[in-house]
Amino acid sequence: MKILTGNDLATGDVTWWTGQGWSRHIEAAVDVGDQGEAIAHAEEGARRVNAPYVIDATETPDGPRPAHIKDRIRALGPTVRADLTLKPADPNAGSWVI
Amino acid sequence: MYKYDQYDHSIVTSRVEEFRDQVNRRLAGQITEDQFKPLRLMNGLYLQLHAYMLRVAVPYGTLDSRQMRMLATIARKYDRGYGHFTTRQNIQYNWIKLDEAPDILADLATVEMHAIQTSGNCIRNISSDQFAGAAADELVDPRPWAELLRQWSTFHPEFTYLPRKFKIAVIAADEDRAAMRLHDIGIQIVEKDGVHGARIFVGGGMGRTPMVAPEIKDFVRLEDLLSYLEACLRVYNRYGRRDNIYKARIKILIHEIGADEYRRQVEDEFVAVKALGIDPPKAEFDRIAAFFAPPAWESGLADAIDRSDPDFAVWLDQNVSAHKAPGYAVVTISLKPAGGIPGDASADQIDLMADLAEKHSFDELRVTHAQNIVLPHVRKADLHGLWTQLREAGLAEANLDLISDIIACPGLDYCSLANARSIPVAQKIHARFADLGRQRELGELKLKISGCINACGHHHAGHIGILGVDRKGTENYQLLLGGSGAEDVSLAKITGPGFSEDGIVDAVETATNVYLRERTEGERFLDTYRRIGMEPFKEALYG
Repeated sequence: MKILTGNDLATGDVTWWTGQGWSRHIEAAVDVGDQGEAIAHAEEGARRVNAPYVIDATETPDGPRPAHIKDRIRALGPTVRADLTLKPADPNAGSWVI
Repeated sequence: MYKYDQYDHSIVTSRVEEFRDQVNRRLAGQITEDQFKPLRLMNGLYLQLHAYMLRVAVPYGTLDSRQMRMLATIARKYDRGYGHFTTRQNIQYNWIKLDEAPDILADLATVEMHAIQTSGNCIRNISSDQFAGAAADELVDPRPWAELLRQWSTFHPEFTYLPRKFKIAVIAADEDRAAMRLHDIGIQIVEKDGVHGARIFVGGGMGRTPMVAPEIKDFVRLEDLLSYLEACLRVYNRYGRRDNIYKARIKILIHEIGADEYRRQVEDEFVAVKALGIDPPKAEFDRIAAFFAPPAWESGLADAIDRSDPDFAVWLDQNVSAHKAPGYAVVTISLKPAGGIPGDASADQIDLMADLAEKHSFDELRVTHAQNIVLPHVRKADLHGLWTQLREAGLAEANLDLISDIIACPGLDYCSLANARSIPVAQKIHARFADLGRQRELGELKLKISGCINACGHHHAGHIGILGVDRKGTENYQLLLGGSGAEDVSLAKITGPGFSEDGIVDAVETATNVYLRERTEGERFLDTYRRIGMEPFKEALYG
């Protein structure tokens, strides 16, 4: 599957396209098929996202898993500071990245 | 320490308001990201992996307790309670919001700080010897010259759009603690026939194409220094390549035309520049130098230190260095605790270091390119009390220049350029060599890790260097041996095929075992490597 990601313009937060808007949680990301570039262009123009780009991901029962480790780290947070990730209470969250 | 005059204040506060307007226009959609990006970068604001990152300048690594406390305040108020001290003697914050960035710069301006010259193709923050003004082995304090270069280079209209970024280091001791010859220009203040002047090295650097800077001039009169540097920059600005980012640094220009031809052109240009009269009058230099007058060291202090506490004695031996004044010492606070992140400090730790500097070090601190903090002027009689407070705050790791005193870039955990993570590798190596006695048995061993070829972690200059690469989507780590950023400068060489994350830790241990087997009396790891060469290490690593 292909999913769309970028950063929130004002906060810099990593965000994912949900079909209706942007979420910080990759679980909410949807397959954009071949519409990624068009959505990115429109959303960037509306200043709802900064520097958007399309990535490859695998669909899993827990939601999309980006193909590249860089985007998995973007999705979760730094692997060396569990307290700063989106899942600070989940000790196994880091294994999803690696 | 240098204090801003009316011009410095005016420049910095004007810049804050200019940036505030630029941010407002960006948020209002009046300018695009393509238009805004170079503007934010000129103010130290990057977009990194998780958020905006702000890099704050610490000119030549020197700051006072008031400034240090502001760094802690920013960590608490605008970030997530910590900061990351960098290999350029600066500090970075990883979780910045765009709409708050102007407020941060405004807060910094109240303590004479800013984020200017921390990004972009300009002359970057000038770096220097972290022991400047205190080192027993220095000729003079190099910081007045570094400050002069700061003033000369800030918003220099001719050098704001260079072909590529440009880094200058200034030292004034034979021991090079600033990796001077791995800068675009390295300056060493020297003495010749009783007169002080500058040795000029041009064209060093790490990154994709590492090079040691060749000597371009063995002695420049200090009253000609700015003109000579202006000539060096002008030749680069004229002929440096702008068509290929990977060939745009001055090291490539000098490599292509040769040091002799570059020198000839600089000498010709120098004649023209000198006539412009840009070198400051002596009175102006003396005005700047007066800010760096030695603090009021007490006389008659004892040099003896009670070493009866064995843990304290180890820290003394490892992290305390000779000072030029009797009864004083230079203290390096390690930011490399076991399990920690090299260079990171919490806001509370930053505040504590500020308090200790105010109480014990004439209000001065330094940031080192090895990502540690220095208290430059500590009475020897105060060392035990200082160490006790540091230990309570987790800041008394006695590992300066040992294998766990690792330089590591933020790597793929934070950096959008990185190919692999650096910090977990540093943590695993630290854990493998957790026993301090084992570390001390290995002796001086500088290990440096970069998460990509841009080499922010200085892996080329490591006695042992590690370079993280992306191999078909998987992190892979190359091992390098034999580098040095010190006065015995050299570039590390790759041993061979790379390793996995756990494999690189084993490989480092294997390399240290070869050293222990082969070393002769008094040899450091680097000395043994230079004597026996790469082959015994390759044999042990790859069999």
